Amino acid sequence: MSGLANWSWSYDGWIVLAGVLCAVAASLPGNFLLLRRMSLLGDAISHAILPGLAVAFLISESRSSIPMFLGAVIVGILTAIFTEWIRNFGDVDEGASIGVVFTTLFALGLVLITRAADHVDLDPGCVLYGAIETTPLDLVAFGSWFVPRVVVVLTIVLCTNLLLILVFFKELKLSAFDPTLSTSLGMNSRLMHYLLTVMVAVTAVASFESVGNILVVAMFVVPPATAYLLTERLRSMIMMSAAIAASSAVIGHVSALVVPRWFGFRSTSTAGMMALCAGILFFVASLVSPRNGVLVRIIRRQKLTWRILSEDLIAILYRMDERQAGCAATIDQLRAVLFSGRWLSSLLMKQHARRGNVVEVPNGYQLTDAGRRLGAELVRSHRLWEQYLVSEGGVAIDRIHNQAEKLEHFTGRDLRDRLQQETSSPAIDPHGKPIPPE
Amino acid sequence: MTVVLFFVTFVVSIADLTASVATFGSEISNLKSQTSSLLSVVDGNSLNDHSLSWPTWQKWRRTLRFGDYNTQIVVFGTMMLGMAAGVVGSFTLLRRRALMGDALSHATLPGVGLAFIIATHLGLDGKSLPILLIGAAISGIAGVAAILYVRNMTRLKEDAALGIVLSVFFGAGISILTVIQQMSTGNAAGLESFIYGKTASMDMSDAVLIGLSGLFSVLMIGLLFKELTLLCFDEGFAGSRGYPLLLLDVVLMSLVVLVTIIGLQAVGNVLVIALFVMPAAAARFWTPNLKQMTLISAAIGGAGGFVGSIMSALMNLPSGPMIVLVCSSLFFLSMVMGIEKGVLVRFLRRRELNRNVDRQHLLRSLYELMETRGLSTASTSRQTGARFPYAELFSYGSWTSYRLLREIKRCQRAGFLLRNDDASLSLTDSGIAEASRLAHEHRLWEMYLITHADVAPGRVDQSADAIEHVLEPELIARLERLLQQELEGGGIAPSPHPIEPPGDPQ
Repeated sequence: MSGLANWSWSYDGWIVLAGVLCAVAASLPGNFLLLRRMSLLGDAISHAILPGLAVAFLISESRSSIPMFLGAVIVGILTAIFTEWIRNFGDVDEGASIGVVFTTLFALGLVLITRAADHVDLDPGCVLYGAIETTPLDLVAFGSWFVPRVVVVLTIVLCTNLLLILVFFKELKLSAFDPTLSTSLGMNSRLMHYLLTVMVAVTAVASFESVGNILVVAMFVVPPATAYLLTERLRSMIMMSAAIAASSAVIGHVSALVVPRWFGFRSTSTAGMMALCAGILFFVASLVSPRNGVLVRIIRRQKLTWRILSEDLIAILYRMDERQAGCAATIDQLRAVLFSGRWLSSLLMKQHARRGNVVEVPNGYQLTDAGRRLGAELVRSHRLWEQYLVSEGGVAIDRIHNQAEKLEHFTGRDLRDRLQQETSSPAIDPHGKPIPPE
Repeated sequence: MTVVLFFVTFVVSIADLTASVATFGSEISNLKSQTSSLLSVVDGNSLNDHSLSWPTWQKWRRTLRFGDYNTQIVVFGTMMLGMAAGVVGSFTLLRRRALMGDALSHATLPGVGLAFIIATHLGLDGKSLPILLIGAAISGIAGVAAILYVRNMTRLKEDAALGIVLSVFFGAGISILTVIQQMSTGNAAGLESFIYGKTASMDMSDAVLIGLSGLFSVLMIGLLFKELTLLCFDEGFAGSRGYPLLLLDVVLMSLVVLVTIIGLQAVGNVLVIALFVMPAAAARFWTPNLKQMTLISAAIGGAGGFVGSIMSALMNLPSGPMIVLVCSSLFFLSMVMGIEKGVLVRFLRRRELNRNVDRQHLLRSLYELMETRGLSTASTSRQTGARFPYAELFSYGSWTSYRLLREIKRCQRAGFLLRNDDASLSLTDSGIAEASRLAHEHRLWEMYLITHADVAPGRVDQSADAIEHVLEPELIARLERLLQQELEGGGIAPSPHPIEPPGDPQ
């Protein structure tokens, strides 16, 4: 942890605070962007505002913040309007219309800036990519308190976003999920669209002037996407996304100081690491999200596979036992029928032995009474299904086995009773095998 | 996977070719002086001192006759790039992944940085183009994998996948580049500008590289045309026919990576996105046919590169933005003028439809007026009393006097009407025939609604109004057969409800 040796609250504290404020401020409107499938609008706006900055600069002939800010916000809103306009009039796909608008505006901005560059030094780099590391250097006095200007600006932006979302929560929610319904209920979903755009533009401009645009573009998309994987409710999604944004900002700054040390470097870009941390959190969430996680789904499927195999083992043993009472079978004999893996089969048989369904005898495994009951239930389900498929479903007799083989694992006592009623309590299945009683 | 391997070896072999031709030392020192801050150039071209002035005649002549060797190469290179991106872009657009170029061009950054670090540690020249391009390709393919992972394995949609990959990879790239700046070994200055755009200093090997990769991607698209078409238009059907969807997706995205990398290296990343999106989107206004769309898109991309780089040479402006601006002008031109889906064409079509609807309303109103006056609709128009004052017609429909007058003039030109001196009009024989036909069709539909759809007679007039203008002759014949009893023999159907002027003001 040598990277943290030089940690100073008056320096790193402010950086972390600025990062957290920016991340949370961006992630709040980001939730609605995600739901409206406009995640790339943040990226587009942050490129498109360049001509706004250039024009503001050319008009005001200075680099003061207020005209630049206004110019950028106006062009940001125009971006959304143009995008909407091209999409409606030209009947062009949303992504394509965003692409057309922002690349055009950005190119226009570059041309304007090369024009402006003749007069005064205006580097798009220093306008577009502020550095979060310099946050604590620009202070504003509040009485005896000295607070970085960036922190003040971002706090205002965060509070505005929070307030707007609280006030228009219902409208934003409805217009995100069902714009047609919201319009028919008398809420103007187009107005909500522009409100969202204004929020995005203001947040983007205020943030990347101070903390860099990688961070703000990442925070518009990644924390809401992470939260979207973890919850089904909008309210908790917004809260989670804010928490994820804040924690990736904190972890990001710490790892920007710590991680490069492992490879022998001093430190790295805080904003870049914050974005990367958000990405890592997203990846972890996509793996372990309780309902949809990739890993969780794999495990769930694997457990089902094991359960089915373990039931099949008992059922096979029961069928053998049926032909010759008290017979025993080795793992290899069972595997010859089920084509299952050796390791897994013996593991599952050991589990059955532990549960008292089978006992190990010199020439293999033998069913106990408990195991016989279990096997009888499975075989009963199987044969009842076969009978049902033939008598009620009209399926040919040579095709019923495979279906019954699948269905038997998902059939409980109640369903068996109903099957018995429907097939009028048969004693034997279509193949002539006896159906074991319950 | 074989495709990916093939792709990588392809990039490597081209890159080797480039390395043998190019001499980098002088360029790097040039670029170093231009690079003021680390990030300033990541998103565009390096901005030198450009003064905007109208080009002299001499310059016009020299540029347009390609006297300048450098101009020749730049024009050729950007044209090839535009064509390749136009072809590949058609498919990404139809796959609703227009902004994939955006995501993937950002996703190459960490690869560039890591390739530099690894090469430097191995004692190689970190700035050799092949090494950086391999790094960019690998990280671009990782970006593709990440997009596919998010799209296929989670419930997030395309746009979120692109946004996540874009920002996270870019963040990682910035972190790596910041670290590189502190490296004691190797000089990292100008690394980004080296990979992000240097149109003006494009040389022969770059142009050849662009040409070859463009050719390769066009070839791949040509070979897989049918499969990719199916992938873009009906993924489900393609899957059910047994096409390897994932593999096709990977091929398409790998082509995007290829063109992106070549484009980045040549002209900067915003330009590349524009070249993917704009020509393809513009081509859609001209044709509904995919083959033609691909060709038109290639032509527009090529033209954008050609005109844009010439203009940039003439006006002394950065070529990247100029190419984008030319492309977007072409896009807006297509959006307005396009003969298939252009705004103008659709406006004219709609106007034509509206006017036809108005004309049909006018003629039908005249027919109904004749009926209410008890005039025989079979006789000629010269009979007395068959004069209809404008004022009476005006109250008969919800039209403005301007629209009414316009339609009266149009009908007169078509020979349906005669205008009399006393602000009234009379129908000609052909006008009566047309009016009878229209009234007949209107009433057929009304009857159908009443007898077969159980609509109240008082409400059928408006519903029939909406549909009568688009009834096809076959449908009329079917309606006549269906409504034989109600029609009681031939002739024009009687109105099933009392006729009164609908727009009667109180």
